[in-house]
Amino acid sequence: MTQERIIEMMRAATRDVFGTMLGIELTDLEAFAQERAPGPSEGVLALVGLAGQWAGSGTFSCSANSARHIAGQLLMQPYESIDDEVLDAIGEVTNMVLGNVKTSLEEELGPMGLSIPTVIYGRNFTTRSVAKSQWIVVPFGCNGETVEVHLCLAPSKEAGGLTRLAKDQLAAVLSILD
Amino acid sequence: MALDVMIVDDSAAIRKILHRVLLQADIPLGAVLEAGDGKEALEKLQSSSVNLILSDINMPNMDGIELLSALKAQELTKGVPVIMVTTEGSSSRVMEAVNLGASGYVRKPFTAEQIKEKLSGLI
Repeated sequence: MTQERIIEMMRAATRDVFGTMLGIELTDLEAFAQERAPGPSEGVLALVGLAGQWAGSGTFSCSANSARHIAGQLLMQPYESIDDEVLDAIGEVTNMVLGNVKTSLEEELGPMGLSIPTVIYGRNFTTRSVAKSQWIVVPFGCNGETVEVHLCLAPSKEAGGLTRLAKDQLAAVLSILD
Repeated sequence: MALDVMIVDDSAAIRKILHRVLLQADIPLGAVLEAGDGKEALEKLQSSSVNLILSDINMPNMDGIELLSALKAQELTKGVPVIMVTTEGSSSRVMEAVNLGASGYVRKPFTAEQIKEKLSGLI
């Protein structure tokens, strides 16, 4: 599977979720690949794990302002600050986006499992993944800001992949520095 | 007859959206119960009965497939229609739910109309 095909799947899934559930039309920005794990130095970052014959992680990240806007569109009410409802909404948007990417990937890579999302909000944090694969970063213009969907995927070396997946997610979460 | 419905999803946001869709749907809605996973749903169903369940599949503690299996194994709940509302698009998971007796399936993201259409098909 080519990187271009994966980017196409990520764009389609994200546009579908934002268009159907949020009534937000996204603008495509140029996608790219990078070695380091993605994430803003501040804002909201949600992670999910993918496991199967191919395993990895997917994330959605945005500013606090965009998170409030997205939650407001999803739940049809304004949010003045980041609270549990906003973080839950971002977790669910991430679950839907990466869940639909997973469904598309499964057609070519076989069945995969998807973990429950973990959502992080803060300032001056960084993330790290022990995975050696490149991250594909797909940014979108959203309400005057940029939101990003990231995916890191590689053939699983362990049967089932869940152990490795759990380790990856734990490493990512533990590396958050305040 | 008023229709009592249970919404099972680990996302409070999705429970809120589905609750709102139920209120807007053209159905005689009674009580709406909510649960954050299959285990909580089964606990609540020990003291309450419902006419319809909308359930996610991918949840912590007890997922939607396990919940469906438990519901169909109990005399009191085996006849309650269960609609799966989930991001889970893999045909094997959907087929598993259908084989266990799920009455329908709505993929997330969904529109209010898609949920209403499934409801009207059951009523």
